[in-house]
Amino acid sequence: MGGEVVSGGIGRSVRRPDGPDKVSGAFPYAGDLRVPGMLQARTLRSPHPRARIGRIDTAAARRLPGVAAVVTAADVPGVATYGLIVADQPVFAATEVRYAGEPVAAVAAVDAATARRALAAIEVDYEPLRPSTDPERVLAADAEPLHPAGNLFREIDIRHGEPGVDGPVVVEDHYVVGMQDQAFLAPEAALVSPAADGGVDLRVATQWLHSDREQLAACLGIPENLVRLTLAGVGGAFGGREDVTVQIHGALLARAAGAPVRIAYDRVESFLGHPHRHPARMWFRHTATADGELVSVQARLVMDGGAYASSSPAVLANAVTHAAGPYRVPHARLHGVVVRTNNPPCGAMRGFGVPQVTIGHEAQMDRLADALGLDPVELRARNAVRPGDVLPTGQVLGAPLPARELIQLVAARPLPPPPAADVTGLARPGGLPAAAEPGRVRRGVGYALAYKNLLFSEGMDDSSAARVRLDLTDDGTPRVRVHSACAEVGQGFVTIAGQIARTELGVEQVDLAPADTAVGSAGSTSASRQTWMSGGAVRGACVAVADRLLARVARAAGLPAEVVEAPRRTLRIAAGEIVGVEAGLRVRLADALAEGPIEADYTFHHRRTTALGADGQGDPHVAFAGAAHRAVVDVDIDLGLVRVVSMALAQDCGTVLNPLSLRGQVEGGTAQGLGLALMEELVTVDGVVTNPNFHDYLLPTIADVPDLDFVAVTEPQPDAPYGVKGVGEAPTCTAAPAIVAAIRAAVGRDLRRVPVRPQDLVDLPTRADVHTAGDASTA
Amino acid sequence: MTAVSADGLDAAAGGTDRGDAGVDGTGREKAGTDGTGRGEAETDGAGGGESYRLHVDGFLRTVSGAWIGDSLLTVLRDVLGVTAVKDACEQGRCGACSVLLDGRLAASCTVLAADADGSRVVTVAGLGGSGLTRAVRAMFLAEGAVQCGFCTPGFVVAVTDLLTRHPDADEEEIREALAGNICRCTGYGRIVAAVRAVQAERGILPPGDTPTPGDAPSRPDGG
Ligand code: FES
Ligand code: FES
Repeated sequence: MGGEVVSGGIGRSVRRPDGPDKVSGAFPYAGDLRVPGMLQARTLRSPHPRARIGRIDTAAARRLPGVAAVVTAADVPGVATYGLIVADQPVFAATEVRYAGEPVAAVAAVDAATARRALAAIEVDYEPLRPSTDPERVLAADAEPLHPAGNLFREIDIRHGEPGVDGPVVVEDHYVVGMQDQAFLAPEAALVSPAADGGVDLRVATQWLHSDREQLAACLGIPENLVRLTLAGVGGAFGGREDVTVQIHGALLARAAGAPVRIAYDRVESFLGHPHRHPARMWFRHTATADGELVSVQARLVMDGGAYASSSPAVLANAVTHAAGPYRVPHARLHGVVVRTNNPPCGAMRGFGVPQVTIGHEAQMDRLADALGLDPVELRARNAVRPGDVLPTGQVLGAPLPARELIQLVAARPLPPPPAADVTGLARPGGLPAAAEPGRVRRGVGYALAYKNLLFSEGMDDSSAARVRLDLTDDGTPRVRVHSACAEVGQGFVTIAGQIARTELGVEQVDLAPADTAVGSAGSTSASRQTWMSGGAVRGACVAVADRLLARVARAAGLPAEVVEAPRRTLRIAAGEIVGVEAGLRVRLADALAEGPIEADYTFHHRRTTALGADGQGDPHVAFAGAAHRAVVDVDIDLGLVRVVSMALAQDCGTVLNPLSLRGQVEGGTAQGLGLALMEELVTVDGVVTNPNFHDYLLPTIADVPDLDFVAVTEPQPDAPYGVKGVGEAPTCTAAPAIVAAIRAAVGRDLRRVPVRPQDLVDLPTRADVHTAGDASTA
Repeated sequence: MTAVSADGLDAAAGGTDRGDAGVDGTGREKAGTDGTGRGEAETDGAGGGESYRLHVDGFLRTVSGAWIGDSLLTVLRDVLGVTAVKDACEQGRCGACSVLLDGRLAASCTVLAADADGSRVVTVAGLGGSGLTRAVRAMFLAEGAVQCGFCTPGFVVAVTDLLTRHPDADEEEIREALAGNICRCTGYGRIVAAVRAVQAERGILPPGDTPTPGDAPSRPDGG
């Protein structure tokens, strides 16, 4: 990796250091790794959403020539279960399967075909049980527990202000959000090798190396220091690689076979193998004064966590604490549960609980505006939170959070021209294959405003460590080596880390060591946290290196002790030199480093938050980022097809470290919100996913996503390095509700369900209609 | 079409370096020899014994022992070790596996490798380091069209194909031509910008149609 020298510090659109290898095809992703003698692994998964397992017979599979190892629950030497927050998920189902797709066994064989045959030779006696797939029924008094830990993952009840206080204008309704998938483009993969010391080495595509290590060590029953992970090339993540998938199975197989194992999913298995975005059923009741001041918000949320916990408890906290949106609400009652069902497990996906509630609270704001006869932008601006306001949790909102400015800025962007009759098919709903009749197109405009918490919440003392070394290359050029376990999943941390090191140390050449567990944890690449947390760690380590270097120079120059103690007041690093104007000193960096390299470690912590206490009160979130989208859509009122004509976004970005990366993040986040609004849904029938492939699970293409008109508000975040904010999640929260609002405006229907399907927009012909039409034509 | 195949053939030298470049250091297999150790050894029972030849990125490669039903994608990646071609859906729905097959854009997962006997296959690694492909690669980097990069090999092949056949494609034609390539990271804005930038650099962008600048318009503060 690395190698190519890119120049530029923070604030510049510096290019990705891994870019040249990515455009040439040379960049090695986890699924591309091969070693001589490696085995191919496959996983046997339950076809039943719920079943008792009578017997698992692997004898025939083991006897097949070319099969090196078969593992089941009986072969897990350590803890039998794993999980991000609570270890409630069996490595392999032993006595009961709880979702369709749950792993039951895994095999390693000389090639993929043999591995497939071995899977077919494993006999499992399932006694199918009736699955519980309705999240609103599993908490009933007579509901069967689906797991020894029960059916409730978490319940949160936020009470704010006075109960029962209402305004005269009331809107209430139910909303439903379907199950979205991260659908990162590179399916899960790892290359796992057993080590001579009894440990195991993994090269894996993941979001969080050290969490994987902790869970692996527990299940393998070996100390963490014998489990070594190195990040392999990651083809996207979006939350879907925060949970363990291939890691433990691969390690068990490699240790059983005594040989390296490649374990890689295909697309179908990827859809079954990782947790998804929680489907949600939500009820909201908003009341306001006659002149449009919010008085109260009530919300009840039921989120379907599926069979195992994953990050459900934290997702629920996000959903409930954000349920009223970025608005001043004097009185609120926000209640939510996340429950266990026999549906596929759900966990982290970009936005982490917030996109669901944003669908609800933004629909409510539009209906309230309607009821009040107010403009939806005006209603939002009037009620937008300001720093200093008390949120429903009791948390006092910190600065900056320019919610009001965001919605006003986005509303002021120029609108696209009205639909023209002469546009080609591609520019009409339905595109080339099913272009709408120009006269049957209705246009709508919709808005959404949201905020999204940044970093980990609820009192977690989250941190990120980095190590920085400044030395000379063989030809005497100063070079910085940055070592962080931060998982680069595409977001561009590798670029930002180099920019920070160049800025702090004035050295052009920055090499990034591979991310691995040889350095301290960088935490997860999630929660919009890595630029802030690992960026903060890299900066801290660079500052420590710089201080030591300056002290060395001060000492060598015989400067007084107080300068050596605090050299930054007198000396600074600038463009390859150490300069002290008053001291009349000028030393080349290369000369200062001749004495030897300088290395420093730094661990960055964010400010402490608190857990939610009684009544859901506390100071749970480190900070927030706001976003506002405006969507313009055209709808074909015959076929119910939607074309998004334009998207505008105003976002609260903090200091911008890399404008090009920022734009990539907000455009990508917008597209994922567009997918949630219009097409992306994993459909389950009795717990079984019916569309686990790219033919049936639709993703936005380049023909679906319009250019983004983007305005960044760049007020620095005071407690973050350089004033940064995380930027990847907020736009995913607002794109979907803005599009749904635009469709509502176009067709005048309520649309309480996301994604919006064609049948939600047009009345499908009934049997009677078909008969009538038939009669008419034959008459 | 001739331009593309020429590009592919004169890429031969690049092809040697690249054919195995995706292969991890420790397991580096020798590209440029006919078949790899694994390829020769792998007989897949179900239909082995057939042998056929593919010109991959300018090299003649013999495939023997592969299952007769294997896709071109599987043979490229798992038999010949050409991991520059990506597998993301194996259903013809994402374009990650795009190659030029006898000069025509194809999803290699939807082609039977045995049916391609004798064909010229050009992957992203074999497109060559000069001319159009070089410009496409450079602009993908300059315009920020690469994030995780897993879609990029397919996009580089598809964009090279598009601009070879249709150098002055307008934005709608670009979007139509690339609608078979999924990118989950970028939201496509920078990809369109990269294609426009290639056209601008080559002096064929229709007047008044300049690429969106990469830098976001920004206000100095929240006001
Ligand atoms: S892998 Fe061939 S089109 Fe997706
Ligand atoms: S850059 Fe990740 S899929 Fe396109």
